[in-house]
Amino acid sequence: MTKELIKGNIAVAETALRVGLVSYFGYPITPQTELLEHLSARMPDLGRAFVQAESELGAINMVYGAACTGHRTMTSSSSPGFSLMLEGISYIAGTELPAVVVNVVRGGPGLGNIAPSQGDYNQMVHGGGHGEYYLLVLAPASVQEAVDLTALAFDLAEKYRTIVAIMMDGSLGQMMEPAELPPFVPLREEVPDWAVKAIPGRPKVVLSSIHIDPPAQERFNLRNELKWQAIRRDEVRFREYYLEDAEYVVVGYGTAGRIALSAVRAAREKGIKVGLLRPITLKPFPVQAVEKLVPQAKAFLVTEANNGMMLDDILGIVKGRKSVEFYGRMGGVLPYPDEILDAINALVKGPLILEGDPRDRWLAILEQKIGIGV
Amino acid sequence: MPARGWVEINEMYCKACETCVTDCPSQVLALDMSRLSPKGYHPAFMLHPEQCTGCGICAVVCPDAAITVYRGERPAKKEEKL
Amino acid sequence: MTDSDVKLIYQRPAGFEDCTTHYCPGCTHGVAHRLVAEVLEEMGELHNTIGVAPVGCAVFAYNYFKFDFVEAAHGRAPAMATGIKRTLPTKTVFTYQGDGDLASIGMGEIVAAAARGELITTIFINNTNYGMTGGQMAPTTLPGQVTTSSPKGRDVERQGYPIKVAEMLSTLDGAAYIARRSLHDARSIRQAKKAIRTAFEAQRQGLGFTMVELLSICPTNWGLNVADSRKWLADHMLPFYPVGDFKVNPAINAAGGN
Repeated sequence: MTKELIKGNIAVAETALRVGLVSYFGYPITPQTELLEHLSARMPDLGRAFVQAESELGAINMVYGAACTGHRTMTSSSSPGFSLMLEGISYIAGTELPAVVVNVVRGGPGLGNIAPSQGDYNQMVHGGGHGEYYLLVLAPASVQEAVDLTALAFDLAEKYRTIVAIMMDGSLGQMMEPAELPPFVPLREEVPDWAVKAIPGRPKVVLSSIHIDPPAQERFNLRNELKWQAIRRDEVRFREYYLEDAEYVVVGYGTAGRIALSAVRAAREKGIKVGLLRPITLKPFPVQAVEKLVPQAKAFLVTEANNGMMLDDILGIVKGRKSVEFYGRMGGVLPYPDEILDAINALVKGPLILEGDPRDRWLAILEQKIGIGV
Repeated sequence: MPARGWVEINEMYCKACETCVTDCPSQVLALDMSRLSPKGYHPAFMLHPEQCTGCGICAVVCPDAAITVYRGERPAKKEEKL
Repeated sequence: MTDSDVKLIYQRPAGFEDCTTHYCPGCTHGVAHRLVAEVLEEMGELHNTIGVAPVGCAVFAYNYFKFDFVEAAHGRAPAMATGIKRTLPTKTVFTYQGDGDLASIGMGEIVAAAARGELITTIFINNTNYGMTGGQMAPTTLPGQVTTSSPKGRDVERQGYPIKVAEMLSTLDGAAYIARRSLHDARSIRQAKKAIRTAFEAQRQGLGFTMVELLSICPTNWGLNVADSRKWLADHMLPFYPVGDFKVNPAINAAGGN
C-alpha cells in the first residue's frame, strides 16, 4: 500500500471511516476541527451518519445513543470540549458501551490557547468524569501511529465494551507526515446481543447506567474492575529506544516522547548511556516496563508538556528507589530537544537526589528560564 | 333498564386516586372503604353497577391503566371467594 | 342477550408491562404513558420502537413499556435519540421529558434537535415544577406560583418569566408538528391521544421533529388533592399555556377537532 502525505486530524478521520465507522457526532474546536470537517464531507457520501451537534454535550450524548445500537461510533474534541464530554463519558462507561473519543489536547486551563499540550493527562488517565470508570488511553507520537491506533481503538472498544480515548495534541493533529491508511472494510450488519435493536420477537433490551440499588452498583463496578485487571494484563503497549544498556531513562509519551527521542539520540552521540521509554497505552500504564528498569537505571527523567502528571505515576512506581527528575513545559509550549538534552546532562552531572519533589527543582529552572511575566 | 356495560378494576394497579370516581358520568364508582388492596389502597369498585353505560371514561382517565371496560350484558357473577 | 353481544371497549395497553408504576396516585404521567403505549400499539409500532427515558419522575419509564429503552443523562435525551435514529433510521424513536429535563438543562439539546428536524418525537410533560427533586421552580412555573425554590411565589423581577416551549419550538423550520394538549379531563385526554398519534405518524412519514407538550398535574408537590389539582390546571395553566397546534407541516392531515 502507498503512503500519502496527510494531516494528523484527517488521517484519524479517514482511518475511522475505513475501519467501519457508522456514525460521527462532533463540534468544531481548534485544533481538531479538520477531523469533523473531513467527516462532514465523507460520511454522507458513504451513507453514514454525521451530525455537527449543538455542543460537545450534544455530541457525546449522540455518541451515547449510537453506542447503544452496537454500531461503531466516535467523537472528537479538544480540552475544553473534552471537559464538557466527561459527564457523557461517565454515562457511557456506566452503561458499558464501546465508543471511541479523540482528544486533541491544547493549552489550558480554561480557554487557554490552541497550541499543543499534554495538560489533559490527569483528566483522561485518572478520570475527570464522576464515579469509578476508566478510559483506555492511547497516545500516538506520529501520524502513522495515530492511524494504527485509531484502527486498534475500535477493536479494543468492542473487545472490552469500553471507551477508548486517543490522546493527541495540537501539533500531531495539525502536522502532515507520510502515512499508510488501512484499506476499506465493509460495514458490519451484525450487532451484539446487548444492543438495542427493536426487532420483533427479541426480548426487550434496556440500556441504562442506573443501578439504584447500591449493592447492584457495587457488583457492576466490581465487574468493571475485574475486566480492567485483564486489560492491564493484556493490553499494555509501549516502545523502548536504546534501553538495553541505559543508565539514564527518559520517559515521555506522544509528541513530548518524540521530542525526547531527538534529545536521547543527541546524548547518545556524546556517549551518554541514556534511553527512552515511550508509553503508548497511558491507561493501562506500562508499569512493568518501568519497574523492570529500576534496577539498572541511575535516574529517570520524565518529560511532558504539562506540569508533571505522568510524573506522579512514575514516582508511584519508582517509590523513591532511584532519582526521578522532571522537565516540562506548560500552557501550549512544547519543550525543545536541547532543553531535554540540558536536563539529561544535569542528571549525568549530578548529584542525584532522592528526597524532595522533583517539581521544585524543575520550577526553579523554569522560572529562571521564562520568568513569571508580571 | 339493565346496565349497558361494566368495568373490572385491577386492584394490583389501582392507587385510589379517585379520578374515575369523580369523572364517571353515571356515578357508578366509589372507593371501597371497607377493605384495602394488597397495595394498601381502598380500591375503586362499582358501587352502582346498574348505572354503568360502558362509556369508558373511567379507563380513559385512569393513570394506572387499571380498568377494563365492557359493553353488553354482564355474565352472571361467579362466587370469587368463599 | 348472549355473550357474543359483549364488546371489549377498553383494556390495559399491550405495550405496558405487568407491573404497577411508582407514580403518585392521580399523577398524569400514567395517563401520558398509557396514551403513548396505545398509539404505538394501534400503529403496529410496538416492536419497532426505542424509547429514551429522562431524568425526572419518569426516570424509570423503561420499566413500564414492553419495548427497548435507553436512559439518558439529564436533558440529553434529544441528543441520545438523535444518535439512535441516525443509526437506525427505520425505528420509531421518542423521548419522554419533564420541565427541567427539557426546558432547563436540556434546552440546548431540544432546540437543536428541533432545528435539525430530527425524525424523533418528544413527549413533554409540563407540570410547572421539578417533581422528582421535591417541587422546585421550573422554567414553566407560573408567575406568583409557590414552589420550594420560590417560596414567596415566583417573582418575575428576580426569577424571570416562564417559557412557552411549544410556541418557542414552533418557530423552527425543522419542526413538523408541535402541539400542546392537556390531561386534566377525559375530553382533553382524548384530544391528547390524537395529537400523539399525529406526531408519531409525522415521524413515520419523515416530515421532521415532532413534539406534544402535555399539561399535567403534580398533586404531591402542588400540595393539592387530585381533584383540586385538575381544577388548578384548568384555572391557572390553561390560560397561560393554551392548548393548540402551533406548527403543522402542510403534509400532515391533522384530523378536524384537534
